Amino acid sequence: MELTTQIGGSVTDGLAYLGALTRLGVRAAYFTFVAPFQGKPLRLQRAVSQAMQTGVGALPILSLITFFIGLILALQSAYELRKFGALNFVASAVAISMTRELGPLITAIVVIGRSGSAFAAEIGTMKVTEEIDALETMAIDPIHFLVTPKFIAMIVMLPCLTIWANSMGILGGALFGVAQADFTWIRYIQSSLDALFLRDITTGLIKSVMFGVTITAVGCHEGLSTGAGAEQVGRSTTRAVVVSIFLVILVDLVFTALFFFLSEK
Amino acid sequence: MDQVNIAMTQSEAMISLRNLRVSYGDREILHGINFDVMRGETLVILGGSGSGKSTLLRTLVGLERPSSGEIWLKGKNIAAISSDEMDDIRKKIGMSFQGGALFGSMTVGENVALPLREHTKLEDSTIEIILRLKLDQVGLSGFENYMPSQLSGGMKKRAAVARALAMDPEILFFDEPSAGLDPIIAAGVDQLILELKQAFHMTIIVVTHELASAFLIADRMVLIDKGNVVAIGTTEEMRSSTHPRVRQFLDRIAEPAVSEELDYLQMLTEEHRHPGR
Repeated sequence: MELTTQIGGSVTDGLAYLGALTRLGVRAAYFTFVAPFQGKPLRLQRAVSQAMQTGVGALPILSLITFFIGLILALQSAYELRKFGALNFVASAVAISMTRELGPLITAIVVIGRSGSAFAAEIGTMKVTEEIDALETMAIDPIHFLVTPKFIAMIVMLPCLTIWANSMGILGGALFGVAQADFTWIRYIQSSLDALFLRDITTGLIKSVMFGVTITAVGCHEGLSTGAGAEQVGRSTTRAVVVSIFLVILVDLVFTALFFFLSEK
Repeated sequence: MDQVNIAMTQSEAMISLRNLRVSYGDREILHGINFDVMRGETLVILGGSGSGKSTLLRTLVGLERPSSGEIWLKGKNIAAISSDEMDDIRKKIGMSFQGGALFGSMTVGENVALPLREHTKLEDSTIEIILRLKLDQVGLSGFENYMPSQLSGGMKKRAAVARALAMDPEILFFDEPSAGLDPIIAAGVDQLILELKQAFHMTIIVVTHELASAFLIADRMVLIDKGNVVAIGTTEEMRSSTHPRVRQFLDRIAEPAVSEELDYLQMLTEEHRHPGR
């Protein structure tokens, strides 16, 4: 009996949390699509500088990580494929797993670490130092001023970063292909492209947009619900990272299942 | 008292509180506050830590919603208006926060200009002129390109006042203006408040527990204790008051060691600290 109450309690908490994220997303959408026509201009400048931080700033580390992931994928698939003397399938194995799954996912994880945590820390600190209150007393909506530019930046930058991550992953795989599987660079890239359908890339990009929405909503929500005191900022930041990773995986599962059943027909 | 209040309302009350109650969750912080703030006066809200004075200030600027009661501000009951209407009122009030609450990612100039850029369609050159004027008023000329982190505590407060003044507010709120400042810098901030009062005849509401500063700047004072108004009056009236709570606060008499509200846990730890008492 107690167990069911506990499960019930956590389910309600979880749903309430998702509700709060949705409200945040809906208000940001309102400020992006509706408010500009009501005389509340969009803060494109803030969105652009945010995009530079979350997008361009992530390139070096993301390139390195996804290059290694591509290389690891090639090694792991070659381990199985060489038993059948099918090493020439390494290119397609890497290309498909990068674009459909690992490109978007690894990008999301890197962005959670760099930007999701930063959103929570930035907004959380502003909450603690009364800057959020100051915005409100100046009749400036914190969602409009702080959160909306972050949503715009992430929705634009995450697919871009994912395309970049896909390419770097394929390049990592190519290093193995050229060194160990008698590919030339050109032929490896060619067989990667041949293996891919447009669908593989678009499903990955759709997922990455959803990841961007999730990461921003969680980071900003955790920041805005920071309590009093500096140690609370640390708590919100940690929670933002943990919850974002969990929700990104959950969103990934939902969309992968969705695409799987859609492609059956 | 009520009749006096009504008479005052007729002679231009800027803000009128009527039976204002504010709660956090189940806990009621303010238990029915009634008083008026007159146009052009400086009212100091005095009170100890946890008395509810900060909650009162937050409620007056619309950061907390009252659980019941009315707050009449410029002819509107802000306890019951829409957020759009509240935003219109907020453009006519300025608030200086305890720690300044300047935006760390913006320069002092950008901080002060922010409300102007957000709410007016003024040209950049005009905003520039207003910005210089406001910084000059608070004695920070030439600091527009500094980051808040490069300013001292007193300068941050001054910059925050400049930002609060940006929209030429009719009412200015101060939360603990001298908190965390050394006596000389704090006196400078008091001086600034006096100058603003003389120059603009602004309605100023200050929350503080610094007695010296309170008596210097106030026209009238309200003493809040445990969520109730204990006394309200001019500085002279307060000074000559015989109300025990007012006397205790003004004469800085410590709380008697055992009060009826002492909770059990505190009693236990006290015993632990002074065994055999």
